Amino acid sequence: METSLLVLKNICKSFKKTGGEEHLVLDKVNLTMKEGEIVALLGRSGSGKSTLLRIISGLAQPVSGEVLYKGKIVTGAVKGLAMVFQTFALFPWFTVLENVELGLKALGIPQAERGRRALAAIDLIGLDGFESAYPKELSGGMRQRVGFARALVVEPTILLMDEAFSALDVLTAETLRTDLIELWLERRIPTKAILLVSHNIEEAVLLANRIVILGTNPGTILSEIQIPLAHPRDRESPIFRKLVDDVYELMTKRPRNAASKSETVPLSYRLPEAPINQLAGLMEALAGELYNGRADLPELADQMGFGIEELFPLLEALEILSLARTEEGDVELTRFGKNYVDADILQRKIIFAGLVIQRVALVAHIRHVIDDRPGNRAPEERFLRELEDFFSEEEAERVLLVAIEWGRYAELFAYKEDAGILSLENPGKKD
Amino acid sequence: MTENKIKKSAPNLWDASAFMLVMGLVVFLALGSRQMAIPYTPGDSIPLSLNLEYLPFYAMRTVVRMICALLCSLVFTFTYATVAAKSLRAEALMVPLLDILQSVPVLGFLSITVTGFIALFPGNLLGVEMASIFAIFTSQAWNMAFSFYQSLKVVPKELKEASQLFGLSPWQKFWKLEAPYATPNLIWNTMMSVSGGWFFVVASEAITVGKTSVTLPGIGSYVALAIQDKKLSAIGFALLTMLIVILLYDQLLFRPMVAWAEKFKVELSESENPPVSWVLTLFQRAYFLRRCVQKMTTLSHNLMERVPKLPPLTLTSRTTSHRFMKVESIIWYAFLVVSILFGFLMLVNFVIGGVDRSEIINVFMLGFITLTRVVILLLLACLLWVPLGVLIGLHPRWATRVQPLAQFLAAFPANLLFPVAIFLMVRYHLSPEIWCAPLMILGTQWYILFNVIAGASAIPNDLIEAAKNLGLSGWRLWKYLLLPAILPSLLTGLVTASGGTWNASIVAEVVSWGSTKLIATGLGSYIAQWSGKGDYPHIVLGIAVMSLYVVLFNRLFWRRLYTISQTRYRLD
Repeated sequence: METSLLVLKNICKSFKKTGGEEHLVLDKVNLTMKEGEIVALLGRSGSGKSTLLRIISGLAQPVSGEVLYKGKIVTGAVKGLAMVFQTFALFPWFTVLENVELGLKALGIPQAERGRRALAAIDLIGLDGFESAYPKELSGGMRQRVGFARALVVEPTILLMDEAFSALDVLTAETLRTDLIELWLERRIPTKAILLVSHNIEEAVLLANRIVILGTNPGTILSEIQIPLAHPRDRESPIFRKLVDDVYELMTKRPRNAASKSETVPLSYRLPEAPINQLAGLMEALAGELYNGRADLPELADQMGFGIEELFPLLEALEILSLARTEEGDVELTRFGKNYVDADILQRKIIFAGLVIQRVALVAHIRHVIDDRPGNRAPEERFLRELEDFFSEEEAERVLLVAIEWGRYAELFAYKEDAGILSLENPGKKD
Repeated sequence: MTENKIKKSAPNLWDASAFMLVMGLVVFLALGSRQMAIPYTPGDSIPLSLNLEYLPFYAMRTVVRMICALLCSLVFTFTYATVAAKSLRAEALMVPLLDILQSVPVLGFLSITVTGFIALFPGNLLGVEMASIFAIFTSQAWNMAFSFYQSLKVVPKELKEASQLFGLSPWQKFWKLEAPYATPNLIWNTMMSVSGGWFFVVASEAITVGKTSVTLPGIGSYVALAIQDKKLSAIGFALLTMLIVILLYDQLLFRPMVAWAEKFKVELSESENPPVSWVLTLFQRAYFLRRCVQKMTTLSHNLMERVPKLPPLTLTSRTTSHRFMKVESIIWYAFLVVSILFGFLMLVNFVIGGVDRSEIINVFMLGFITLTRVVILLLLACLLWVPLGVLIGLHPRWATRVQPLAQFLAAFPANLLFPVAIFLMVRYHLSPEIWCAPLMILGTQWYILFNVIAGASAIPNDLIEAAKNLGLSGWRLWKYLLLPAILPSLLTGLVTASGGTWNASIVAEVVSWGSTKLIATGLGSYIAQWSGKGDYPHIVLGIAVMSLYVVLFNRLFWRRLYTISQTRYRLD
């Protein structure tokens, strides 16, 4: 029974940067999947988890290392591996039935059998009555059911799910998860193993037997954690909560070392995607009566309705700016953070400005350059070129935009988006 | 701060470059337009020389004509489309009218109007210039007005409500909401229309209608003269000049405009690959110039504020009695019906007066022959460009390089290349019945290519991955994914190409080299030949039949396909 269905050996993947240099996204990833397992790949954005899933399914090729499916090297799309997509990826010009039949057509199955099997899959997933509907007519939840029916109809050995529930609302996602687990437990689908990529920690603990945590830049396996609970699982049970806490702790551990306390982060630091409003909102929530300055991360995420994709970058930003500290799965406001929350709109800007220019080298650098230039203006390309020494073109652009947003909010400099010019002009005051 | 202020407003390097660009343009326009109103009597031949040094001057004249036509088209667009969008009653007439006007072959307008324009300005060349400009105008205005009208009709309800709550007057509402909202589409359509317009500006410079034979100085007439004199080298230089003109148009106008229009898009998120233009960047960074423009706009703003503000519209303000409204609309529609009948009778009377009845059937047959040519050509162009376009579109790197090239080629007036083809046809004794046909699609095939590229590069990556994961490959991948996914954009390209091909038939079915004339049977050559003889009933009959073919072809075929593709095959 315990045979390895899927083996990943030293998978590495990199992309070309503009300068021709390689940018490593996955570094020596090893993973084995056995029959009967549900494995969840957890990681924040930039951990290469989706890339890994594409390598497994043969949609992308690793730079080095190999994927073995039932002992054979995967080089292209493999029969037996079916994928469910975050965006559903349904063909809008086909009806539900035609969408589900698509994989069978590709396998060259005769029409009569094709129709029979497609209808069976549609029944199984609870879509009967919608066979002749077009995807546009369906709600998100129903669309994803088509996505599942389309994947399951080819009777895959391993079902791959790329954030399959993250585009759905909370209730719909929960129903669909429950239905899937039921089909799996009752052995109504011939699928032998499920591999899901997720950024939702609770979802991973709810579904998986084993959680694999990927670290960022480059993506490597940080740790694995077994979930020895029987299905169906109770979200409120203490042991479930404990496991969720553990995963949070594992996931917030590493990056803290990278951005150690009260130090300026260098130009080469990947500033996290943290919009000012969300930062302020999070700090206000933390300072509120419910938490009184310190909160348990799973609880906070749940209450704010944040997945880790949103929460972790915010935490990282607060840490960089020393507005809050994260340790042992808890987050606590610092003195600065408390001052910030208590201040009015203008004072907040002053506090933020002081911190951001002190802790974020990029923001300080931009201000410095603008100050020195005649006319106090500088084109954004100037900074992009500098950042491209460290990042890919896209990433450089993203990081610069974060720095610009922070700097603009702090009123350290102004930015004209259409002209791509950074300056000291204050658009509010006409001179 | 004072020192800082002086430093800030001092012109920078960007200013210097932008200043030179602007001044160059001003001088250029002044030089070009000065020549337009020189004395002229019909029958005079305007001296034209194949001398190379005149070529830049001729090119300038061509460009000035183009710019005049563009300005006229814009004025027409703003008035016609706005009225059509605002008044239900006018809309009922104006929109179908626009649709028919779009189907009338552009060069048909030219042969009919040229004598009228000459009569309008006796003893002056301006009349002939106007005829040429009018021909270009007809190639642009309908399309632009249509786009503007459609945008005005779909201004989001929330924005309308917001402007109502703020109490904007209709005038303010137009400039603050409706015009900006319609800008991206209008700019795109304008730029496309100008691209198409080069073809007609070149064709309209050497006009012969009956005894009236006029040659306006320009690249088109230069080439016409070169054909008469059988000078292949002169044609080569003309081609080169046009290439430079189109390149300048592309870099100095098309790209900056499209990039600039980006800021009017009603989306709060940014598109992933916004169009960029170095010229636009230059102007945006020219600090001093921006300041000047700012000052000027504030000035005009202040003037605008003086315009007495109308009281905000209240919903109860229109309480005209129901019966009165009814009577009014009955009169309006009665008036319409009478004018339509009158117009029809005029047409029939005019044509019957000068044409044999049996010839009418003959003309319909000729139309069918041209239709067959158009359909076959479009099919062949699809066979060639769809696979290539999809392959290019699926590789973002290739797409970003080939796309501008295809747009550039679409703007290049293909009729300038005809002489080369004719030269070959004469030399190798090729049958014009077959070999004239490719000339018709020479310039318009690019619309197919760049629309297919755009369609293919917009296919979501997820769909491609899903298809591969399901094991679709080869023909199945094309049948189930690629072809359906590009269908809407392919149709957009085909509709444009089809219209252009019909138009081109008038110049492509009759071609000459020196004194040799090659004629292909078809409606295009029919119109061209009777235009040469100046026989109006025949010209009108030809144009009417061609318009009818185009309208029916559009209504019965393109529009149906388009509706299906928009409802079923749209990816969003």
